[in-house]
Amino acid sequence: MIKLTIDNIEVEVEEGTTILNAARKIGGKVVPPAMCYYSKLDCSGGKCRVCLVKVAQSSAKDPRPMPKLVASCSTMAQDGMVVQNITSPEVLEARKAIVEFLLLNHPLDCPVCDQAGECDLQDLAYSFGSENTRSREERSVHKQEDIGPYIQLNKNRCILCYRCINTANQLTDQRVHGMLFRGDHAEISTYIEKSVENDFSGNIIDVCPVGALTDKTSRFKSRVWFTKPYDAHRECPKCNGKVVLWMKGNEVLRVTAPKDKNGEVEHFICNECRFEKKEVSDWKIDGPRTIERTSVISLNHYTNIDKLNKEEK
Amino acid sequence: MEQKNTTISFSPDSLELVNKIIKRYPEGKERSALLPILHIAQAEFGGWLSPEVMDYVADLLHLLPIEVYEVATFYSMFNLEPVGECVIEVCQTGPCMLNGAGEIIKHLEKKFNIKVGETTPDGKFTLRAVECLAACGTAPVMKVGTEYHENLTTEKVDELVNHWCKCGKMSHLNPYQE
Amino acid sequence: MGKKILTEHISDPNLHKLEVYQQHGGYASLEKALKKMTPDEIVEEVKKSGLRGRGGAGFPTGMKWGFIDKKSDNPHYLVCNADEGEPGTFKDRYLMQCNPHALIEGMILASYALNANKAYIYIRGELYYVLRILEKAIAEAYAKGFLGENILGSGFSLDLYVHPGAGAYICGEETALIESLEGKRGNPRLKPPFPAVSGLYNCPTVVNNVETLATIPWIVNHGSEEYAKIGIGRSTGTKLISASGHINHPGIYEIELGVTVDEFLNSDQYCGGVREGHSLKAVIAGGSSVPVLPADLILKTKAGEDRLMTYESLSDGGFESGTMLGSGGFIVMDETTCIVRNTMNFARFYRHESCGQCSPCREGTSWMEKILARFEYGGAQAEDIELLVDISKNIEGNTICPLGDAAAWPVASAIRHFRDEFEEHIRRNGCYFE
Ligand SMILES: Cc1cc2nc3c(=O)[nH]c(=O)nc-3n(C[C@H](O)[C@H](O)[C@H](O)COP(=O)(O)O)c2cc1C
Ligand code: SF4
Ligand code: SF4
Ligand code: FES
Ligand code: FES
Repeated sequence: MIKLTIDNIEVEVEEGTTILNAARKIGGKVVPPAMCYYSKLDCSGGKCRVCLVKVAQSSAKDPRPMPKLVASCSTMAQDGMVVQNITSPEVLEARKAIVEFLLLNHPLDCPVCDQAGECDLQDLAYSFGSENTRSREERSVHKQEDIGPYIQLNKNRCILCYRCINTANQLTDQRVHGMLFRGDHAEISTYIEKSVENDFSGNIIDVCPVGALTDKTSRFKSRVWFTKPYDAHRECPKCNGKVVLWMKGNEVLRVTAPKDKNGEVEHFICNECRFEKKEVSDWKIDGPRTIERTSVISLNHYTNIDKLNKEEK
Repeated sequence: MEQKNTTISFSPDSLELVNKIIKRYPEGKERSALLPILHIAQAEFGGWLSPEVMDYVADLLHLLPIEVYEVATFYSMFNLEPVGECVIEVCQTGPCMLNGAGEIIKHLEKKFNIKVGETTPDGKFTLRAVECLAACGTAPVMKVGTEYHENLTTEKVDELVNHWCKCGKMSHLNPYQE
Repeated sequence: MGKKILTEHISDPNLHKLEVYQQHGGYASLEKALKKMTPDEIVEEVKKSGLRGRGGAGFPTGMKWGFIDKKSDNPHYLVCNADEGEPGTFKDRYLMQCNPHALIEGMILASYALNANKAYIYIRGELYYVLRILEKAIAEAYAKGFLGENILGSGFSLDLYVHPGAGAYICGEETALIESLEGKRGNPRLKPPFPAVSGLYNCPTVVNNVETLATIPWIVNHGSEEYAKIGIGRSTGTKLISASGHINHPGIYEIELGVTVDEFLNSDQYCGGVREGHSLKAVIAGGSSVPVLPADLILKTKAGEDRLMTYESLSDGGFESGTMLGSGGFIVMDETTCIVRNTMNFARFYRHESCGQCSPCREGTSWMEKILARFEYGGAQAEDIELLVDISKNIEGNTICPLGDAAAWPVASAIRHFRDEFEEHIRRNGCYFE
C-alpha cells in the first residue's frame, strides 16, 4: 500500500492505482472530472484532459514537482505524492480552458438533446466553465449518419472520447464503427453508413458522456427529469438482467444499465433488455434508484413501488 | 464478416510483393504491413481506395473493415475518392510560400480552370495543395506520382504539364517499382 | 571550412553505391565494433561523444540507449525516424538520398549496441523514390554480408527494412511513429511507458533520427574524444542545417556546432546573406515549431552576445528572447514577409497535422487558425490578440504530445515580437503586405 495526499486529504491505495482512482476513493469534491477515462474499459483515458491535476511532489523519494499538469486518470500514484486538484488555481484555470475547448464546436443544442439533464458535459460546464463564449467562429458541422434502428448518432455533439470504440472492442469482435479522419475533422462513423448491431451494441449509449449516442427507441419521449428511475431485473439469457427502468407513470420509456457514483455503468446489459423489453410486465421492479450524481434527476418523487409491481401482474 | 469480394484482387506480381512485405514483420504482427499494402492497392486499383478495395485489404490482413477505414482516413496520401490520372501536389507550407508557391498554385488553377482540390473535367489532372514535402531549400516544390519537381517556375510547370498530357497515369504507379 | 562528418564525400555522385561508399572508408567501423567492442562499450562511446538527438529534442543519444530495458525477455527494436515533416527541415531526405549507406552502417552499429535483431526505417510516404534508393542500398549490404545472419562472422544478426508512412507529420513523434509502424492511426501514446521500456509491439525500442544514426560510424571509427572536440560545450559535433527562405544560397550545410548565426547567415560558405536588395526581418532557427525571432535577437542575445548555432546559445533568454536549435530548419524572412500571414500558414499546418486525440490541440489549433485568418483577411478585433495569446497558453503543456506546444509557440512568439504588425492588421482590417 502507498499513501498520498490529494488536496491535503491523505489516502492509502494499492500500488498501481491512478491518481484519479485514489481521489475516487476519497470521494466528493476532490475527485477530478473524467470525460474519457472509464474504469470498466481497457485503454480508456488520457485524451480529454479535463482530469489534469498538479503534482506538487512526485513521491517521497523524489520530492520534485512534476513540470506540467498531468492527466490524473493515467498517472500512477506514488508513495508520498502530493496532488492538488481544486486547491490549485492553476488546475482550475486549465480545466476552465479545457471546458472552453470542448464546448467550442459543441452545438449547445441541449433543449433538443435527450442527454440533457444527465450529460457530463453539461455538469462540467456548470462546475468549471465560464459563462460566456469567447469564440466568434462558426461551429463545425458534420454530415449526419444513420447507424441503425436502435442508436441515434449525433456527430456534432461528440467529444471524441473514444469510449464507445473501447466498448465495442471489449464487448464484440465485430466492431463496425470507429474514429475516422483526423484532427478537427475526426469523427465517429461507420464510414459506409452501416447499422451498429450486435447483442451488446447498446452499451455505447451508456458510456457516451454526452448526447452523441442516444437511445432511438426512447427518442424525444420525455426529458430525463420527468422520468423516474427504478431498479429492476429479469431472467435474461444474455446478460445478468439487472437494469434501470426510466418510467413515466406506468410506461417504461427507457432501459439503461445501472450506474455507480462515478457515473459509470455497474455492468453491461444486452440489447434485448435495453431495446425490446418496454413493458412493465417484462420486469420485476426492485425499488427506486437513487441517483447521486445528477441533481435534476434525484429531485424526483417516487410513487409506490409495490403498487407498480402489483399493477403489472 | 463481410462477404468476400471476388472481383477485386491483386495481380500475381503485386500479391508476391505484398506477401514479401508481410514477412518483414514478426509473426502475428502482419497488421504492420497495412500502410505499404494500402499504397500498393491504391496504385493498382485506380489511384484511390474504394470501400471495396479496403475490405479486400482488410480480408488479406485479417482485420475488420473499420480498422482499415480508420487508418486510411487518417493519412493524407490515401485518396478516398477517385482522382485524376495525374495528381499534382504543390507544397503550400511556410518556406515554399515565401518563395512563390502561391503563384504556382494560382497558375495551375488558371491553367486547368479548376480550384485546388478539384479534378479537370477530362479526368486528367487533380490539383492539390499539400504540406511541407521536406524540400524547402529548393522551393517551390511539387510532387507528382512518385517524383519530386523542385525550384519551380511557371514556365517549368507548363513544360511538365505538357509532358504529362502525353504520358500515362502518374498517380497509379507502384511505389516499390521504378 | 569546418569539419565534415556526414557530407565529406557527398559531392561524389555515386556515393549511394556500396563500393563507392567503401572506397571512401565506409563500413570500416563494422570490423572494429562487431569484433573488438562489446555493445556496452559502444553505448559508452556514444555517451562520451556528447552526441545529442538530431530529430528535434536534442536528447543525449547515449543516455537514451542506456535506458533500454535489458531485463526484458522481449526482443529489442531499433527504429530510424525518417519521417522528416517539420517545415523548414529537409536534411534527412538529402542524407538518405545521397549517402544511404551511412545510415545503414549507423543502424547496424546501433542495433548491435542495443542488442536488436530487427530494425526499421520509417520513411515518410511521399519519399517513394528515396525508399527505393534505400531498398537498393540495403540489398547491397545484405549481399556483402553486412546485414542478415551472423554479420562478418561476429554471431550478430540483423534484418533491416524500410517502412513507408502515408502523409502525417504527427508520425514523426516517436510514439505515433510506433503506432503507425504497427499499422494503426498515428495517435501518440501516453508516456510513460517510454519506448525504451515498451515501444514497438510493446517491446523495448529506441527511435532515433536519420542524422543521429548516420553519425555513429564516425564516432566508432574516430573515437568519442575526437567527436567531442568538435563543437562547443554540450553542443558537440556537427549538425546539418537546412537553410531556406529569402537567402542567396538555400540548401543543406554541415556546420560545426558553434559557428555564429551571423556567419552562418551571411558568409558565402553558407547561406550567402539575405537575397539581394532586401534586409533581414526574422528567422525561425530550428524548424517551424520553434519560436520566431526578429533580426536583432537572432544575431545577438538579449545580453548583446553573439548568438551561436548551438543548443544552448539559441535558447539563451528562454522564450522571452530566445528560441531553439530544434531540427535545424533555418527559415529566413526578409522585410517583404508578412508575419501574420506566415503565422497563419503554420497554424494551418498544425491544425491539419493534429491527430485530434486530445481536446486542447484538436480544438485549439483550429481556433487559432480561424482567428489568424481574420487578421489576414479582415474582421479581427483588438481583443483577438490577447485571445490568441491565451489560447496558445491553454494548449501549451496540457496535451498528450508536444505537437500542441509546437503549434502554440509560433503564434505566441509572433505576437511577442511582432505585436505591432498584428495591431496594424486590425487597424487596416486585413493584410497590407503585397
Ligand atoms: C510532432 C512531432 C514531430 C516530430 N517529427 C520528427 C521527425 O520528422 N523526424 C525526427 O527525427 N524526429 C521527429 N520528432 C522527434 C521524435 O519524437 C523523437 O524525439 C526523435 O525521433 C528521436 O530521435 P533523436 O533522439 O535521434 O533525435 C518529432 C516530434 C514531434 C513531437
Ligand atoms: S460518440 Fe460519445 S462515446 Fe463515442 S467518442 Fe463521441 S462522445 Fe465519446
Ligand atoms: S497534442 Fe495534438 S497531435 Fe499530440 S496527441 Fe494531442 S491532438 Fe494528437
Ligand atoms: S479523463 Fe483523464 S484525460 Fe480524459
Ligand atoms: S515548405 Fe515546401 S517543401 Fe518544405
